[in-house]
Amino acid sequence: MARTVPALEMQAVTRRFPARERGALPFTAIERLSFHVAPGEFVALVGPSGCGKSTVLNLVSGLDRPSEGQVFLSGEEVTGPSSHVGFMLQKDLLLPWRSIRRNVEFGLEARGLSAAERAARIERELRRCRLTDYAERYPHQLSGGQRQRAALARTLAIEPSLVLLDEPFSALDAQTKILLQRSFAQTISASGVTTLLITHDLNEAVAMADRILVMSERPGRIVEEIAVGLPDRDNPIARQSMPRAQELVRHLLHALHLDEAVDA
Amino acid sequence: MSGAVESAAAPKPSRAFGGARRDWAGSLMLPAATLSVAVVVLLAWQFLPPAFGVPKYVIPTVTDLVAEMGRMWADEDLAQHVVSTAVWSVVGFVLGGLFGAVFGYLLGLSPLWEKVLSPYLLGLQIAPKVAFAPLFIMWFGYNAMPKLLVTVLIVFFPILVNVLQSMRVADRDLVNLARAYSMSRAQVFWKVLFPSSMPSLMAGLRIGATLAVIGITVGEVVGSQVGLGYLIVYGQGAANTAMVFNAIILLTVIGIAMYWAVAAIEARVLHYIPRAVA
Ligand SMILES: Nc1ncnc2c1ncn2[C@@H]1O[C@H](COP(=O)(O)OP(=O)(O)OP(=O)(O)O)[C@@H](O)[C@H]1O
Ligand SMILES: [Mg+2]
Repeated sequence: MARTVPALEMQAVTRRFPARERGALPFTAIERLSFHVAPGEFVALVGPSGCGKSTVLNLVSGLDRPSEGQVFLSGEEVTGPSSHVGFMLQKDLLLPWRSIRRNVEFGLEARGLSAAERAARIERELRRCRLTDYAERYPHQLSGGQRQRAALARTLAIEPSLVLLDEPFSALDAQTKILLQRSFAQTISASGVTTLLITHDLNEAVAMADRILVMSERPGRIVEEIAVGLPDRDNPIARQSMPRAQELVRHLLHALHLDEAVDA
Repeated sequence: MSGAVESAAAPKPSRAFGGARRDWAGSLMLPAATLSVAVVVLLAWQFLPPAFGVPKYVIPTVTDLVAEMGRMWADEDLAQHVVSTAVWSVVGFVLGGLFGAVFGYLLGLSPLWEKVLSPYLLGLQIAPKVAFAPLFIMWFGYNAMPKLLVTVLIVFFPILVNVLQSMRVADRDLVNLARAYSMSRAQVFWKVLFPSSMPSLMAGLRIGATLAVIGITVGEVVGSQVGLGYLIVYGQGAANTAMVFNAIILLTVIGIAMYWAVAAIEARVLHYIPRAVA
C-alpha cells in the first residue's frame, strides 16, 4: 500500500525563545521534535508541564514559526495561519458580546461563503453539538461544559482538516469532564476529523486517542509512542473500564516517571 | 442522558424564587428611603440656618431659592443660559469622547507611537486643563471656542487612557484565535479588539460626561456672556447668593442628566455582561 500523506507532520522542529536576560542563552522549548498524524487519526500528546505542548499547538496552527525544522499540513509547509486548522484551548474563547449562534459564525466570517451556506453550517454544528436550544443565549448564560461544546461547534464549522485541542477539559469539574469527553469523542468520530489532543490527563489520553505520543521534560521531544488499539473510540467511558486501558495508564505513568516521583 | 447534564448544568434563572418578595419590597423601599432623605435635607436647609441666625446672603432658604429661580426664569432669560450650557457640554463631551477614543485606538494599535508619545501624553494629562481657559480666550476671543476647547481637553484624557488600557489588556488568545481564522488586521480590530474595549470605553465616557460640565462651566466663568457659569459670575457681582446656588444646582442637574444618558447607553451596549446579583 502506498504511504498516505500525513494530515500533520513535524520534521525535526526546534523552537527557541529569546533569553529573558541579556547575554543568557536562548531558551529551547522543544528540540528536534518529529511526529506525524495520519488523516482521520486521533492522537494524544502528553508530557510534563512546560515541556512545550502548547508551543507545538502554536507552531501547527501557524501562529508561531519554528526556529528550525518544518511543519507540514497534508504535505504543505505551514507558513502562517491556515484555514484548514481549528483549535480549542482550556478557555472557551467565546466572544461574550455575541450569542452562541454568532460565536459559531465567527470563524466563517473571514471566508467567502454565501449567507445560506453559513447559516446551514451553523445549524449543522449547533445540532451536532446539541446546542440548538441555546443558540440565542450569550456565553455567560451557559455552563462551562456547554461553552466548551459551543467552542467545538465553532471549531468544526470551518470544516477543518485538523483540530487541535489544548487541554479542552481541564477547567471542568470531574462529572462534566467525563460527559463532555464522550460528547467530543462522538462528535469527532462522526465528523471524521483528524485530531491532536494535548492533555495532562493520562486516563483521558487512553480513553480518547488512537495513538499517544509522550514528550520528555523540556526541551521537549517524543520519547515514547503508544498505539492504544482499543475499540469504542466514540465511548471513552466504556474504554476506561477495559483492563488494557488501565494497563496503558500504568505504562504511561511509568514512561513519565510519575510512579517514582517523590514530590510535586 | 446528556439532557440530564444540561438541566443540571443549565444556568440558574437570574432571580431565585425566594428573592421575588424581597425584590418587591426593595423596589418600593429604596426610592422611598431616598426620597425621605431629600425631604429631611430640604427641611433642614429651610429651617436650620435661620434658626442659627445664618443670614440669607450666606445661605438662602429653599423657598428663597425657588422664588429666585422663578425670577431668573422671568427676568434673566434662564432658559437660554441652561440650553447654552447643556448644548455646549454635550458638544464638548461628544467631540472630546470621539477624539479620545480614536487616539486611544490608534495608539493601542501602534505600540511604537504609544511609547514615543507617552511622556507627552502623561504631561498633558497631568497639566490642569482648566488653567488653559484664559490662554484660549487670549487666542480665540470671547466666543464659544475657549470653553469648547477646555471641555474637549478635559474629556479627552480619561477616555483615551481607558481605551488605551483596554487595548493593552485585550485577551491575546482571542486575538490569536481571530488570526488563526485568517482574519485581517482590520477584522481582528473590529471583531475582537473594539468590542472587547467597550466596557472600558463606557467607563471612560461616564467619567467624561461629568467632566464635560466642569469644562464648560470654567469656560463660562472665565469669559462668556451666556451660560450658567456666566450667571454664577453675574450673581456673585450682584451679591445674589440665591442666584449662585441656583446656577450650581442647575449645573448639577445637567451633569446628572448626561451621566444618566451615558449609563442608559451603556446598559444597552453592554447588555451581554452578567449583572451581579444584588
Ligand atoms: N512566547 C514565549 N516566550 C518565551 N518563552 C516561552 C514562550 N512561550 C512558551 N515559552 C516557554 O516554553 C516552555 C514551553 O511552554 P508551553 O506553553 O509549550 O508548555 P506546555 O507543555 O504547554 O505546558 P503546560 O502543560 O503547563 O500547559 C515553557 O517553559 C514556557 O515558559
Ligand atoms: Mg500548555
